[in-house]
Amino acid sequence: MINNVKNYIQSLFLWELLKGLQLTGRYLFKRKITVQYPEEKTPQSHRFRGLHALRRYPNGEERCIACKLCEAVCPAVAITIESEPRDDGSRRTTRYDIDLTKCIFCGFCEESCPVDSIVETRIFEYHGENRDDLLMTKQKLLEVGDAVEAQIAEDRARDAFYR
Amino acid sequence: MSEDKITIEVDGQTFSANKGQMLIEVTDANDIYVPRFCYHNKLTIAANCRMCLVEVEKAPKALPACATPVMEGMKVKTKSKAAIAAQKAVMEFLLINHPLDCPICDQGGECELQDLAMGYGQDVSRYQERKRVVKDKNIGPLIQTDLTRCIHCTRCVRFGEEIAGLREMGATGRGENTQIGTYIEKSVTSEMSGNVIDLCPVGALTSKPFRYSARTWELVQKEAVAPHDSVGSNIHVHVKANKVKRVVPAINESINEVWLSDRDRFSYEAVNSEDRLNKPMVKDNGTWHEVDWETALEVVSNSLQVLIDSNDTEQIGAIASASSTLEELYLLQKYIRAIGSNNIDSRLKQSDFSDQDDAPAFPYLGQSIAEFDNLQATLLIGSNVRKEQPIINHRLRKAVLHGATVSVLNSVDYDFNFPVKAKTIVAPDMIPLELASILKAVIEISNRDVDTQIKQSIDKATADENHKAIAAQLLDADDAIVLLGNIASSHPQFSLLRSLAGLIAELSNSKLGYLSENANTSGAWLAGAVPHRLTGCKQTDAGMNTQEMLKARLKAYILMGVEPELDCYDSRIAREAMKNADFVVSLTAFRSDEMNEYADVLLPISVFTETSGTYINNEGTKQSFAGAVTPLAEARPAWKVLRVLGNYFELEGFDYQSSTDVLDEAMKQIGSIEGDNSSSWKLSGSINNSSNGLQRITETPMNMIDSISRRADSLQKTSDVSDGAIHINSALAEKNKLANDDSAKVEQDDNSVTLKVIIDERVADDCVLIQSAHPEQINLGASFGEIRIAKS
Repeated sequence: MINNVKNYIQSLFLWELLKGLQLTGRYLFKRKITVQYPEEKTPQSHRFRGLHALRRYPNGEERCIACKLCEAVCPAVAITIESEPRDDGSRRTTRYDIDLTKCIFCGFCEESCPVDSIVETRIFEYHGENRDDLLMTKQKLLEVGDAVEAQIAEDRARDAFYR
Repeated sequence: MSEDKITIEVDGQTFSANKGQMLIEVTDANDIYVPRFCYHNKLTIAANCRMCLVEVEKAPKALPACATPVMEGMKVKTKSKAAIAAQKAVMEFLLINHPLDCPICDQGGECELQDLAMGYGQDVSRYQERKRVVKDKNIGPLIQTDLTRCIHCTRCVRFGEEIAGLREMGATGRGENTQIGTYIEKSVTSEMSGNVIDLCPVGALTSKPFRYSARTWELVQKEAVAPHDSVGSNIHVHVKANKVKRVVPAINESINEVWLSDRDRFSYEAVNSEDRLNKPMVKDNGTWHEVDWETALEVVSNSLQVLIDSNDTEQIGAIASASSTLEELYLLQKYIRAIGSNNIDSRLKQSDFSDQDDAPAFPYLGQSIAEFDNLQATLLIGSNVRKEQPIINHRLRKAVLHGATVSVLNSVDYDFNFPVKAKTIVAPDMIPLELASILKAVIEISNRDVDTQIKQSIDKATADENHKAIAAQLLDADDAIVLLGNIASSHPQFSLLRSLAGLIAELSNSKLGYLSENANTSGAWLAGAVPHRLTGCKQTDAGMNTQEMLKARLKAYILMGVEPELDCYDSRIAREAMKNADFVVSLTAFRSDEMNEYADVLLPISVFTETSGTYINNEGTKQSFAGAVTPLAEARPAWKVLRVLGNYFELEGFDYQSSTDVLDEAMKQIGSIEGDNSSSWKLSGSINNSSNGLQRITETPMNMIDSISRRADSLQKTSDVSDGAIHINSALAEKNKLANDDSAKVEQDDNSVTLKVIIDERVADDCVLIQSAHPEQINLGASFGEIRIAKS
């Protein structure tokens, strides 16, 4: 009986609605957490797995030795490598393609690399206007690596303790 | 033999074993895996890797399974704590000096050390000191060394001593400083050297042509049959992305065991050669045009139709390589006979066809390949078996090591990797006399009655001690064979040699065998790709043989897999015939400058890795295989080309759906394949008493045998290729005042060329050895016969 009366009064005065509006009102004046992308960006982990890059040694020599472990481990079969002996007798890639439309950014390629050549950088802002743009060739990957090598090296150094 | 059987217990299970067997043989036979590096069932036991240590009850320490003979009641534990601990300790020692460079090692993925390190290795090495580094040695164009990786199992050393018969590799130094090498800087020359690549359990010896081109896990394995000798070795073709990456042997104990000759192993390089013909091509007023298949086949059918219409089909000749498949040869002969010509042949290097009607159904080896192991005596006539049929040579060597004797009659003193009992090196035209002398000795010793006609024919021959020794060997042996090799079969008096050899074999109760040249020589005979016989050995009106076809200068030639100027007995006549012909169509996988000049239509056909087909080897074993990859570009399997060509001529019975249809039809006519070399021998032709002046001898070096091996880059870097020089012994050189590296004017018939001189003591007196398939000697002419040399 009492409950029925209580319910009647509450629904007559839109009690539930006011309760809801109270929450809305509280958030209306609270400090905003919305990130104003692209002016603002969220912080990234040093383990962030973004766009791939191929690294070089400080002397400019490419690291990749065409062992093809990344190709073998890739669960999405996104990596294609061809290799042959270079003039100095070392094993080098003649082709190193990552198909970003296939890639699932699991980071296994980086895990498997014995020479820390293929890495995933913090870069996540890229786009392609046609399919080909999302096919990363060896040249493109090396260029990415050259552009952000300082960041890559710093991130690897920070993570070295856990490896 | 029950007393020789004993029972042992391994891991709680009881097995019966033969006395004297090693423990590892018993475990292997019963699928119990014991890790090993140095043990190999085809090699002797070295027991130096110690990886196969197992625990044996009552033995104080773990024992190596590969060197521990089984004993009655022996109780063995292969997976006990003590055994595993011993194996792990050995692995730790092995890894001390082994580099951790698996990512750049070609063996990675198929490495025995890598596999076992997963099972027995530890995650972290306790070894902190410097690792050993060994300088790489260059041991030739086929094998790449990375000796830092060597674990001193000595399989390669034992292979050299026991299988190849050449002590080319060995270990120097002791302990950690042991190094495997060739003692002095030199190339490994064995014709089977590639097998050390398979034997090496680590990446110390890897394939040079294959180097860094693929990783093993990317390769798809397809079965095939080796196309370069009449043995028919079983092979695995390894394919990546529709491209042949390498060839390795497939195990077939009755043919090639686990081995493979270098020629069969590395010839795949030609499959991706730049010389490959990609599209059908037609020559129009001297310029070549790429055309589609319809146009090309139309040109062929129109050109040949003109000859058919004018009843000139006798002017069409087909010359096929005996390396073609049975299906291809069958269809080619069916086609050429359907348009009304019997001019088809695949015996390119033969010159004496006079007794072809008496020839066996196919040039049979005389026995199975496996039976070579039990031979007791062999007479080798005109054969360089080591380079021509390396697998047969290996079997022969095994027999010799078990006490068999081998006698040799030849014009060149070839190296053998086993001791030869008696050796007679004479000029080619004296070989019949030598054989007659041996025959005489056989008759004298055996006291057998022979035809008076035969007795008269060999009247001139005198049997000396040497001949008698050879005859006695054949007669004394329970299991003996007389073998005719490549020099014999291209000898101008082949029919005489054949009957003399046949008589020797018959009278000494030996077998007679032919060491035929090509992968499908037997198949070519059975398929009817010979002018005088239809499929299945049915006699017919003989058409022209290769020599006649070339000499007759026909109006049209159909070539299949042949480069006549390099492959035929008389290179000069072959080239002239081609250039003189009105119409030459070549079904070929490769282009060459010569071919561009004489051919009118080039039809691209696929090579052995790209077509399904069948080879019949010299022991009569029929082996079919499927294509490993799809044909390159617009090339098509030759059987398909011939099938469609048959349709263009509206011939009946050319509506096959697959190569098996062709095979079924051919086999229905061939019936069962049974080798039988027996014949009623009669001697035709005269036996020369004395040699006529200077004689030419022609050999085909191992890696010049066909258009495929001639285009395999790495094989061409070996020493088994034509050098375009004349080889003469020092006596002849002195007579003509020639020295090594001089250039000499060489004359044959009315033609002369200038060639380099190489002093070669292997060559018989008054003979000039020339290696075939070299562009500089094409102009000379026939492979045998008189020749003149002079200082130029």
